[in-house]
Amino acid sequence: MDMKVAKKKLGLKEKYRTMTRDLGWEPSYHSKDELFPYVGYEGIKIHDWDKWEDPFRLTMDAYWKYQAEKERKFYAIIDAHAQNNGHLNLTDARYLSALKIFLQAISPGEYAAHRGFARVGREFPGVGPQVACQMQAIDEIRHAQTQVHAMSNYNRYYNGFHAFADQRDRIWYTSVARSFFDDSMSAGPFEFMIAIGFSFEYVLTNLLFVPFMSGAAYNGDMATVTFGFSAQSDEARHMTLGLEVIKFILEQDPDNLPIVQNWIDKWFWRGFRVLGLVSTMMDYMLPKRVMSWREAWEIYGVENGGALFKDLARYGITPPKGWDDAGKAIDHMSHQFMLGLYQWSFGTAFHAWIPSDDDMRWLSAKYPDTFDTYYRPRWEHIKKMAAAGTPFKNYGLAKLCQTCQLPCVFTEPDDPTLTCHRETDYKEHKYHFCSDGCQHVFENEPEKYIQAWLPMPQLFQDPVNGDLGEWMKWVSLLDGKDNGDYADSEDKKNFEVWRGLATTNQ
Amino acid sequence: MSTVFIALQANEETRPIIEAIEIDNPAAVVNRQPAMVKIDAEGSLVIRKATIEEQLGRSFDLQELHINLITLTGHVEEDDDSLTLSWNS
Amino acid sequence: MQIDLRTVAIEPQRQAFDHLVRRFGNKPASRYQEGSYDIQAAENLHYRPTWDPDHQLYDASLTRIVMADWYALKDPRQFYYSTYTLTRARQQENAEANFSFVESRGLADMLPEALRATTLAVLLPLRHAAWGANQNNTFVCGYGYGVVFTQPCMYHAMDNLGIAQYLSRLGLLLGDTEALDAAKRDWMDSPAWQPLRRYVEDCMACRDPFELFVAQNLALDGLLYPLIYERIVDQHLSVQGGSAVAMLTQFMSDWFDETRKWIDAVIKVAAAESDANRALLEGWTRHWSARAASALLPVAELALGAQADEAMAEQLAAFKARAAKAGLTL
Repeated sequence: MDMKVAKKKLGLKEKYRTMTRDLGWEPSYHSKDELFPYVGYEGIKIHDWDKWEDPFRLTMDAYWKYQAEKERKFYAIIDAHAQNNGHLNLTDARYLSALKIFLQAISPGEYAAHRGFARVGREFPGVGPQVACQMQAIDEIRHAQTQVHAMSNYNRYYNGFHAFADQRDRIWYTSVARSFFDDSMSAGPFEFMIAIGFSFEYVLTNLLFVPFMSGAAYNGDMATVTFGFSAQSDEARHMTLGLEVIKFILEQDPDNLPIVQNWIDKWFWRGFRVLGLVSTMMDYMLPKRVMSWREAWEIYGVENGGALFKDLARYGITPPKGWDDAGKAIDHMSHQFMLGLYQWSFGTAFHAWIPSDDDMRWLSAKYPDTFDTYYRPRWEHIKKMAAAGTPFKNYGLAKLCQTCQLPCVFTEPDDPTLTCHRETDYKEHKYHFCSDGCQHVFENEPEKYIQAWLPMPQLFQDPVNGDLGEWMKWVSLLDGKDNGDYADSEDKKNFEVWRGLATTNQ
Repeated sequence: MSTVFIALQANEETRPIIEAIEIDNPAAVVNRQPAMVKIDAEGSLVIRKATIEEQLGRSFDLQELHINLITLTGHVEEDDDSLTLSWNS
Repeated sequence: MQIDLRTVAIEPQRQAFDHLVRRFGNKPASRYQEGSYDIQAAENLHYRPTWDPDHQLYDASLTRIVMADWYALKDPRQFYYSTYTLTRARQQENAEANFSFVESRGLADMLPEALRATTLAVLLPLRHAAWGANQNNTFVCGYGYGVVFTQPCMYHAMDNLGIAQYLSRLGLLLGDTEALDAAKRDWMDSPAWQPLRRYVEDCMACRDPFELFVAQNLALDGLLYPLIYERIVDQHLSVQGGSAVAMLTQFMSDWFDETRKWIDAVIKVAAAESDANRALLEGWTRHWSARAASALLPVAELALGAQADEAMAEQLAAFKARAAKAGLTL
């Protein structure tokens, strides 16, 4: 009988196509516009969704199998870490400031990405991109959860973690990351993909995760190493999706190029500002440092980003507009951020500190052109003030950039002695910016950015009404516990006592 | 030529994979860092199922790579027998 | 220096994150609680969506259902990513074993020809229906409110895709790519499948996430799964010598048993919240389940012929009883 004839053996690509692409159909009871209403308004032209090349070809059975293996490994280590007081393996508890910022600002971004990818996973009218986006949607909730789970044990012993959910929505500095993700989610589906899938995942996450997790490994934090590398293994798929998206859009129609280039310019700069905090983590917050921010930028920014944009040049894509300004900021930003964090540390749910002499020697060596000239003198001054019993605190309100929401602490790209400040008048209001990049972003879409929730004006509204104590209550910040200089903190005292218990017989 | 790379977690499971990559890409540079091995190669890098299987002594599905993968760059070309990373320029 | 950290007994400073202490009291929280409650941004959302400027980025008013606290819609399975994935990984191992059992013993080739034809005719177009379910659950996850409600919808969507893929494998095993092509033609053009395809497309046009949840997960799947996998595959086809088919669809039967408990729990809590919710849910369920029943009838006829009416009546009665348990009078 002819059924006995050997069946065609399907290769990976054909098999995946059969298992996914062929599932979709052209609707006839409703128009495509009705079923996919958001896909047109951004002006991107797609002629043939079938031209989409699938990034990794995982069917659900393989996805469940491999992801379960990762999950088993991850939770085994997290459990052991909690059971064995793994937190006492840290080089030093000041390291935890980096994790506190991560939990308050980045983990909520993972959740936002989860929802954003669910939306585009529904809104694109092509099965290939839908499935790829849906897989990223489910991965992103994984990342949010593994991060909360990994830090849950730190929360039991250390301050600053306990109110991350409240602080995500209310404390001033988390609005940097929140506004970034809100910005991407409020954009159309294609811009969302360029924002998160391409600019953030492809161009920038290596800078976030790889040095950060190596830093965790250097500093004895196995819980974070584990969630980091475990998450990053999903990122490899996400990055491949990000690259595929951009190729696909650009190959579909030449009219897409200027739109995409504009988004790349915008999102590179937005991402660069958000990830700027990583520079401070790497240069200041790791007691034992892996590499400087400058060195990480060389590998993952210059070398890798350079290769990427050289490759995309065949479509007419040029490196993002802010690329050169970013390069000029590299030797300054971590110092500028840390000085800011120190002077406003009364208002942060993590600790800052004055770098030790040893730290400063390292910073001089890593930043020979800038540290001794511009930043060491400031730290030495701050150190004197602290020694005299009058530590430097800036109770003045930081002027926040309307776009990135960071305090305007950065200097002119070509003059490190001059603070960079830009203004735009729009509908009888004045808006402030930290840089040309942020000003451009605003001016391209002013109606969007005038909506930004800015945490400083909130200080003068109910229920805070300008009262610092009320504000702390409103943002769930415990004064004297969560904030201030690490040198005087409970975290420091406790960590040293507990380490003492572990290493002596008292 | 631009550099592509792949980074894998440093553990027993990835040891034979890394050996296989070294065999198939003699010019690749292997950087061993805490908890991570990063392999850089000029232009392109190929990972072959058959070579991994020789090192491992068992059959290996290339998708098993996902378990210990940390990151990679370049365009990914994947079929049943190999996975290739490359830049076009 | 090797130190034995386990020997140090230190008192924790606190038991759980603040938002969980407020909800569940001052005690260690479960991983489900940590991974699910209040992790969606709730205040000070920055920008209105450019695709829908009349709403917020997360907006409970996208549905007509009103909840004082959307986190009341707890998933009784307490699935977070890890527990979900481990559960499905075990099930896929089982499914894999079933597929290779059928393959290695050539059971597919031993199926009587008529039975094989019926199986392909009834099951294969359903992979498109499962893809529709995937898009609908992805939608609910994307636009619904509150993590405990939206999170399981993402898992459900991926399950829908998994089911579409298992049906495709079944098609390749019992037929070939031509069988899948024929099934797609049926889905697009055959009169027996048009009411169902119209139902799925109507769902995709529905942008109230809770109504869509009812239409897809309660009404359609609540009738489709017991009818197709219990009544037709496990009973009707098995007695004719098609138990190999039942092995290949075991995943779907087990999955339906598991997931209906979650769907019922969601409906029950939402209906108990207010009379207005209950009235809405009853209206939606009545409307969509009546449509689902008439859409599934011609499909059931492909396998059951004249017995289809009676089988559908049984299913509707069971469905009514199920809805009553969740607090809905149909």
